[in-house]
Amino acid sequence: MSLGRGEELFADIDLRREKLHNRAFHAILVAASLFGLVMLVLLILDVLWESYQGLTVFQIDLVQFLTQPSSSRAERAGFGASILASIWLMVLTAILAFFLAVGCALYLVEYAPRNRMTRLIEANLANLAGVPSIVYGLLVLALIVNDAGLGSVILAGAIALALLIVPIIIVASIEAIRAVPSGVRDGSYAMGATKWQTIRRVVLPQAMPGILTGTILALARAIGETAPLIMVGTMLHATRYPDGPFASFSAMPTQIYNWTYQADRMFNGLAALGIVVLLIFLVVLYVIAGYLRKQYEAEGTLTNV
Amino acid sequence: MSTETQSESGISGDDGLESAHEANRRIRRLLFGCAAVTVATTVAIFLVLFDNAASYFFGARVSEILFAGDAFERTVTFIEFFTGTRWAPDHSTPAHGVLPIVWGTLAITIGAGLVSIPIGTATALYLSEYASTETRNRLKPILEVLAGIPTIVYGYFAVSFLTPVVVDGIARHLVDPVGRGVHAVGTALPGSVEIRNAEVHFGDAVVAAGESMIGITVGRYSMLGGILVVGVMTIPMVSSISEDAMQAVPDELRNGAYALGATKYQVSTRIVLPAAVSGIFASYILALSRAIGETMAVTLGAGFNANLTANPFAEIMTMTAYLVSMARGTSAVGTVEYQSLFAVGLLLFLMTLTMNLLNDRLKQRFQEVYR
Amino acid sequence: MSSNMTDTPDETLIETGFEVEADRTHEQTDTEAILQSENLSVNYGDEQALDDVTIEIPENRVTAIIGPSGCGKSTFLRSINRMNDRIRSCAVDGELYFHGKNVYDDDVDPVALRRKIGQVFQAPNPFPKSIYDNVAYGLRIQGRDDEVDLDEAVERALRGAALWDEVSHQLDSSGLDLSGGQQQRLCIARAIATDPEVLLMDEPTSALDPVAASKIEDLIDELVEKYTVVIVTHNMQQAARISDKTAVFLTGGELVEYDDTATVFENPADSRVEDYITGKFG
Repeated sequence: MSLGRGEELFADIDLRREKLHNRAFHAILVAASLFGLVMLVLLILDVLWESYQGLTVFQIDLVQFLTQPSSSRAERAGFGASILASIWLMVLTAILAFFLAVGCALYLVEYAPRNRMTRLIEANLANLAGVPSIVYGLLVLALIVNDAGLGSVILAGAIALALLIVPIIIVASIEAIRAVPSGVRDGSYAMGATKWQTIRRVVLPQAMPGILTGTILALARAIGETAPLIMVGTMLHATRYPDGPFASFSAMPTQIYNWTYQADRMFNGLAALGIVVLLIFLVVLYVIAGYLRKQYEAEGTLTNV
Repeated sequence: MSTETQSESGISGDDGLESAHEANRRIRRLLFGCAAVTVATTVAIFLVLFDNAASYFFGARVSEILFAGDAFERTVTFIEFFTGTRWAPDHSTPAHGVLPIVWGTLAITIGAGLVSIPIGTATALYLSEYASTETRNRLKPILEVLAGIPTIVYGYFAVSFLTPVVVDGIARHLVDPVGRGVHAVGTALPGSVEIRNAEVHFGDAVVAAGESMIGITVGRYSMLGGILVVGVMTIPMVSSISEDAMQAVPDELRNGAYALGATKYQVSTRIVLPAAVSGIFASYILALSRAIGETMAVTLGAGFNANLTANPFAEIMTMTAYLVSMARGTSAVGTVEYQSLFAVGLLLFLMTLTMNLLNDRLKQRFQEVYR
Repeated sequence: MSSNMTDTPDETLIETGFEVEADRTHEQTDTEAILQSENLSVNYGDEQALDDVTIEIPENRVTAIIGPSGCGKSTFLRSINRMNDRIRSCAVDGELYFHGKNVYDDDVDPVALRRKIGQVFQAPNPFPKSIYDNVAYGLRIQGRDDEVDLDEAVERALRGAALWDEVSHQLDSSGLDLSGGQQQRLCIARAIATDPEVLLMDEPTSALDPVAASKIEDLIDELVEKYTVVIVTHNMQQAARISDKTAVFLTGGELVEYDDTATVFENPADSRVEDYITGKFG
């Protein structure tokens, strides 16, 4: 170490300005990243605070809230009919969207030839995913509610929501179906199975957890959708329990909207409580989806070994 | 001979096999049908919007004119529609100028972009270039939650917090620090309702209160409230897609720059940002497109008043808010309000379609760079 | 000239099959060491990549680092300009002196260090910018674009990298439009444009065809007049052709032999090195 230039070695390089830039930039980035977090916290605190206000200041009775239908009088309003309407919507939407989406995904992965038509279908999927949800509501309003004369009923709402989430489920299904190793398919073909037998007995069962995860995540999107239902036409207040797919309704998000829109502050408390219920539904859906994903990811590693 | 024919039928002429093949063909047709439905949806959206929008301009739907032989008349001219500056199709003295609500949509979209684009890009850069793995793993799920919250919840957040607390706060302290004439109504915090304005109710009273005061009035709804809430909502779209684009920048480029003695700041701004630029722009387009079509948050944030104004504290109306305000389900068929829904809806659809096509182009470009 | 060569060069030549160019062995009067490592160990998590390496690298000489893959030769290179800092699980133990200053001292900024020690990577990695901007990049980020005539500096660097004649008419076209060999020389130009003292090269020719590779080798011959070159290579012929000193790393990150290139190839002291060089191992 006799040749040491030691401490002066880097004396000709002045990094102070650059370091200052770097540090300032870093600070800006951290602040920007925290902005989203702060907003999320504020949003949750706001909803919880308003719910608390509703329960204490306006003395909303939780049992009544969860079991009674809504009313134009805030003191008598409940969320029960909206919860049931949302459950009806979810079931119908899931049935309508699932088969259509899985059918489309199977066609695109297993059958579709590489031609113009296929490219059109694929390009169209990307486009559909970008169509504002309210436009689906307009489509169903004109075509189903009025032209077909179905009226502003739960089934009409479910059709709008199903059209909205079909592209989401298709994309998830395509991924899940593509993830099935080709060796598994070949094994089935080698046994003399036809294409459909191979798909039904081998491909679909393996892809199903992934498809279901995608479907549940899409339903989580659908359950919070408000605008398409408003376009289809919902009751201002869900004053009675829906008795089937052909009942008029106001689902959770539309009821929350109508309460939020009201000037009476007690309605705002009701809306906040409604949001808490809606978010609980969402969390449950996400937990189920997460559980399913873990399951098939674990399985996946086993079969890949 | 006989054995030969038997073996032949064993391979190709078996009844069971034939029916299996037939089933296979039927399934194929069925699945193609499913795929065709998705294309039919797009076609149906366009045709239905177009068909019904025609009744707004010509007094009858295209289908009615073509198939039922209905007479048509000019009810609303395109010139009035596209150049008029007052929008009130349902008013007793109706006006059909779409500009105020197109302006409302553009103001919210641009304003929200000014919030979400810088913040989203900065978040993406932080996640991609600066954050440690642990921080990244913690921050990303939070952004996903932000993206997963229903828009109606954001709308509630706008009405009960962003407008009365944040927008009002900005009006009071930044724009009008002396406090003369700033007047807030519709605040979420019960305590402050009493202090500020115990008597004011919404609706007409707001206007009265606003007019009687000199200065800024922040009502229950405001352009800025809509901008903030849509801005917050679209941050995760910008950040997650931009981050994907930044992650796709090959690490060799970063190494090349670091080996030349570049700082992280220099690598971020001079290597990563330029290399990921088309993917980042695609995220901007997507966020703006989302802002154009956004409905609930914007309705509850910005309001229902078709104002052609640049005042960020004024209530305005977007195209989507108009659709929501006019939605009457079955009861309104044949009215001008009902017809106008589709004229506005068609315009909205075409605007977002343009953005989506632009986004596709950018995405393709980005993929080309790294193939 | 080849004072350090063994007494019976012809015999060893046959034995190992390597031809050590006479002029590459210079006058083997060692110059002063510009880089020294002392008991340098590097771990990636639980995995040891470098084991207690002590080595002195002379100034203005080409030092080759060879060894089988996974022997830690690239890790050693990256620990010199602290590019290992970018790998989170990486832990460095021991000292590495540059001009007698331990680069792992707290007061050494890796950014400053890298401005004195340039690096060329295994695969050419030009920035998606014009040829001109690629070469000027280092000067610009170092804030030296005001002090020097940028055009002149770019030309000098491109000439230094033997690329000027090929690209002088297309400086505005993208660096990515060049051939692989040209891209690598562009990366060398980019590295020498800022005039570093040391040039680290991590298998710079492994992604290139033989013609492009030999151009780079010729270039290294010239570069060593001005710079100290440390080159990692898996190609033993290349090491024999271009280097003055050769260090052999074996699995586990152990430095098993370090000497003049001629000695290492013709009369290795360690039998494992002989096995490796003659292809019995690795």
